[in-house]
Amino acid sequence: MFLIQCPWCGPRDETEFGYGGEAHIARPAGPETLSDADWADYVFMRKNPKGVHLERWVHRHGCRRWFNMARDTYTHQVLGVYQMGEPPPGPEGGDG
Amino acid sequence: MYSLPSFATLGAMHKYSIFSLARNAMGYHEDWTEAWRSPAPQPSYDVVIVGGGGHGLATAYYLAKEHGVTKVAVLEKGWLGGGNTGRNTTIIRSNYLWDESAALYEKSLQLYEGLSRDLNYNIMLSQRGVLNLAHTEHDLKEMSRRVHAIRLNGIDSDILSPAQVKAAVPIIDISPDARYPVLGASLQKRGGVARHDAVAWGFARAADSRGVDIIQNCEVTGIRRQGGRVEGVDTTRGFIAAKKVGVVVAGHASVLADMAGLRLPIESHPLQALVSEPIKPVIHTVVMSNTVHVYVSQSDKGELVIGAGIDAYTSYAQRGSFHIIEGQMGALIELFPIFSRLRMLRQWGGIVDVCPDASPIISKTPVEGLYFNCGWGTGGFKATPGSGWVFAHTVANDAPHPIAAPFALDRFTTGALIDEHGAAAVAH
Ligand SMILES: Cc1cc2nc3c(=O)[nH]c(=O)nc-3n(C[C@H](O)[C@H](O)[C@H](O)COP(=O)(O)OP(=O)(O)OC[C@H]3O[C@@H](n4cnc5c(N)ncnc54)[C@H](O)[C@@H]3O)c2cc1C
Ligand SMILES: [Zn+2]
Repeated sequence: MFLIQCPWCGPRDETEFGYGGEAHIARPAGPETLSDADWADYVFMRKNPKGVHLERWVHRHGCRRWFNMARDTYTHQVLGVYQMGEPPPGPEGGDG
Repeated sequence: MYSLPSFATLGAMHKYSIFSLARNAMGYHEDWTEAWRSPAPQPSYDVVIVGGGGHGLATAYYLAKEHGVTKVAVLEKGWLGGGNTGRNTTIIRSNYLWDESAALYEKSLQLYEGLSRDLNYNIMLSQRGVLNLAHTEHDLKEMSRRVHAIRLNGIDSDILSPAQVKAAVPIIDISPDARYPVLGASLQKRGGVARHDAVAWGFARAADSRGVDIIQNCEVTGIRRQGGRVEGVDTTRGFIAAKKVGVVVAGHASVLADMAGLRLPIESHPLQALVSEPIKPVIHTVVMSNTVHVYVSQSDKGELVIGAGIDAYTSYAQRGSFHIIEGQMGALIELFPIFSRLRMLRQWGGIVDVCPDASPIISKTPVEGLYFNCGWGTGGFKATPGSGWVFAHTVANDAPHPIAAPFALDRFTTGALIDEHGAAAVAH
């Protein structure tokens, strides 16, 4: 069970949150010229790392706002939270 | 320390029988030979299988038995069956909706039906029936659609009334004012459970006796390629050359894909289960409910084996969050009030490889000689022999087995997905 630091409400129990999967997946520009393989990559392919994962969460039963979180998928350590649109903190920064 | 593979023992597997049991009883069971050898890795193989779970071991067995490919190694980073194979709740059935899945899971069930004999190893298959409950009008309609589709594929499937459910499972609460009223159920009579470790060990022993090297405590750390072709694998026990590499690592599929520069549509999630203290036999079939997210069967030891759905987040930690268990136990006790005072003995988690369409990937890859078999998610134990069967064919012939063809990786580009969320999301 995670204790998650909502950027607006502070530390709350995991059961108040919803999980939104991998963060920073940008919708590709020029959809009309995109190949099927590039569509597949955007829609389906995921990093799914063993280690630091940048992911989206929503405080569903609280302020109902979305934010990003960096979490280690092997240790379950929460490494930090940051707002949507902000670059990720730490060595993963600038990952887009 | 280096030891030569002991070819002397090849083919000398001792057949298990009532006579070998009696003979060994005379010797106080001190003279049983090892079920498989533990050779040091050879410098090169025709095929290296990465992952010593049920699927990897079954692949190696059928490569040797059906395709005559015996210069094969299975590399396992931990111990055999220590992944999802030894952590699952062992439900076996073939009642999937789409034709492609029906062919695959039914092939597997048929192999299971002859497996103890084929492997000379008792996998304790118990075809005690699998019930899927319907709690709402919508459930009922969806269930009858499925039952009819499944029957059209020639797979046994029946609809039970609430009274028939009660007759099959006397401890279930079917009263109309129950929190989750039981309006009916579907039943696959040929479904049931088997002993998970025995499936892994039986395949291991039978593969070993046909010359396959099974190498435990050997983690693959890299996949070497040369000009678009696979050359072998780096491991914690050195480089091992291979003409072909089959990757069957379940929850670690993305990690291995990354080593080969490939991307997969897979996310790894915790899936938890738990067992109760042992009690006398009270429930003789497997009972599942997709709507309330719980399922239960009773093991031969008398423990209730209880499972549910995945944790929402991705993970490689082999554990999940407690509220998932709390939720499934709440639902279980509404269905079976008699369980309310039972104590739970132990709880654990595996890491399951979830695909967007809840169907597996059995596929060649853009790297020549590299094959992936993954994405079985929450429901691959039932597919163990069938998966090995079609994957062995795919690797041996460098071309998909006809049953495996629709499950290739390119379906995410073509859009020909095989959506089995209704059959596989909670019910495993
Ligand atoms: C709690 C739970 C309940 C389940 N219930 C059911 C059920 O009732 N019915 C059903 O049909 N299915 C069920 N499943 C799913 C089923 O367990 C799996 O789909 C199936 O066992 C997968 O088998 P496998 O051989 O592919 O994977 P595994 O048994 O996980 O084997 C993969 C192996 O690869 C090894 N490995 C990983 N990385 C490396 C590396 N780098 N080098 C070498 N080896 C490596 C791992 O150590 C592991 O032993 C359940 C799963 C869980 C976790
Ligand atoms: Zn909040």
